[in-house]
Amino acid sequence: MKYTEEHEWLRVEGDVVVVGITEHATSQLGDIVFVELPEVGSTVVKDDEIVVIESVKAASDILAPIDGEVIEVNDALSDNPGLANEDAIGDGWFVKIAPSDPSQMDTYMDEAAYNALIA
Amino acid sequence: MADLLQTSLHDLHLELGARMVPFAGYDMPVQYPLGVLQEHLHTREKTGLFDVSHMGQVIVRGIDYAAAATALEALIPVDILGLGEDRQRYGVLTNDAGGIIDDLMLANRGDHVFIVVNAACKAADIAHMTAHISDVTVTEITDRALLALQGPGAAAVLASLDPRAATMRFMDVANLDLAGVECWVSRSGYTGEDGYEISVPSTAAVGLARALLDFTDVEPIGLGARNSLRLEGGLCLYGNDIDTTTTPSEACLNWAIQKVRRADGARAGGFPGADTVLSQLKHGADRKRVGLRPTGRAPMRDGVQLFADPDSDHPIGTITSGGFGPTVQAPIAMGYVQTAYAAPGTTVYGDVRGKRLPADIVAMPFTPAKFKR
Repeated sequence: MKYTEEHEWLRVEGDVVVVGITEHATSQLGDIVFVELPEVGSTVVKDDEIVVIESVKAASDILAPIDGEVIEVNDALSDNPGLANEDAIGDGWFVKIAPSDPSQMDTYMDEAAYNALIA
Repeated sequence: MADLLQTSLHDLHLELGARMVPFAGYDMPVQYPLGVLQEHLHTREKTGLFDVSHMGQVIVRGIDYAAAATALEALIPVDILGLGEDRQRYGVLTNDAGGIIDDLMLANRGDHVFIVVNAACKAADIAHMTAHISDVTVTEITDRALLALQGPGAAAVLASLDPRAATMRFMDVANLDLAGVECWVSRSGYTGEDGYEISVPSTAAVGLARALLDFTDVEPIGLGARNSLRLEGGLCLYGNDIDTTTTPSEACLNWAIQKVRRADGARAGGFPGADTVLSQLKHGADRKRVGLRPTGRAPMRDGVQLFADPDSDHPIGTITSGGFGPTVQAPIAMGYVQTAYAAPGTTVYGDVRGKRLPADIVAMPFTPAKFKR
């Protein structure tokens, strides 16, 4: 698992990168009440806003961690946005991206570095 | 952070695990470990305890109650003179344009008027009152905290500390003996639920808060849930939904101006901006505060512009408060629209991140008020 400074986690599953937000992020956001997901098939560029999250407190964005194509989104979040709070690193994932340049993953933190960041 | 003020419950908030944020110059709890959503639902179902000590408590005294009330009527378009002893009512301070300087609660305490004002406005309110009314003294009470106990269980909890709490009706005020100290209590609040606001000597505030939190059904509630509760209750937040640019009629607060202060009343006008306020009472205002229910799941927050149709370039209104209503289980909002679009059932379109999303104008409150009238 890799981590971004924007508190996203990235899990490589074969040729696909699964993107979610960390428990640290969900606890800071508070209860999530709405998630707007990108369209499957859309092309994204690193740092594009791809997901909008609304919590009881405020709206925030998830940025694309890598260039690529969105191949799947977690539709369960549309009906039950609280999944992101309940199971941030499991069922609460947001999108799966097929990266066009997998080497972009190398720039991200490992778990130890991320834990140091939020400590 | 060093210059933030603290209420007398500050250490208790930290002990309870609150997340603290700056609010109106105070370091205040926005939520406790329960979280905003559960705190909101708990207050609707059981009982919530809020620290609202940041709000201003003010006493206005003249030679008698009538003198203080009459003086205040020169600044506030409300029947203060006719308010019964130990009764409270809502009012606003107006400016020369009829805009709202602050909203407040006024209580007849026999020989004086007791006022509760918004935290962010209190210094300006006191300066305004002191400058514009004579033969009375305006004194800020700085040695008392203010707690709110809200929810369907509040009456039973407070009555077990002092049985007189049970006999109070909505907007009654009384001195109660709570946990060994005399408190100034009103049966009112800012959640749409039955409940009480309790002015307690600062030195006894932690003791009273602990005594209330000892009840199984009482949980501490932060400012986050306080905001979603009042929004569902259709209640205005000063600085968002009302301010110096909004008049009472625009804000749909006509009900707060009793007949005696209106055009044909015995004490008509005589307050700042009376020409505008009384004219709008008679003829209506060009825009109105309304409730909105976005038809989708996306919340519309303050600042979202409203349009009559999805392609229009000219906004017909703006959201002033919005978010997710935990009890309604859907996004809710309030805002101002041109009066032509203010009728319930009208569909307008909010510009959310570049998309025009529909929202229906609806009557408020969003959840039924549970006041003990």
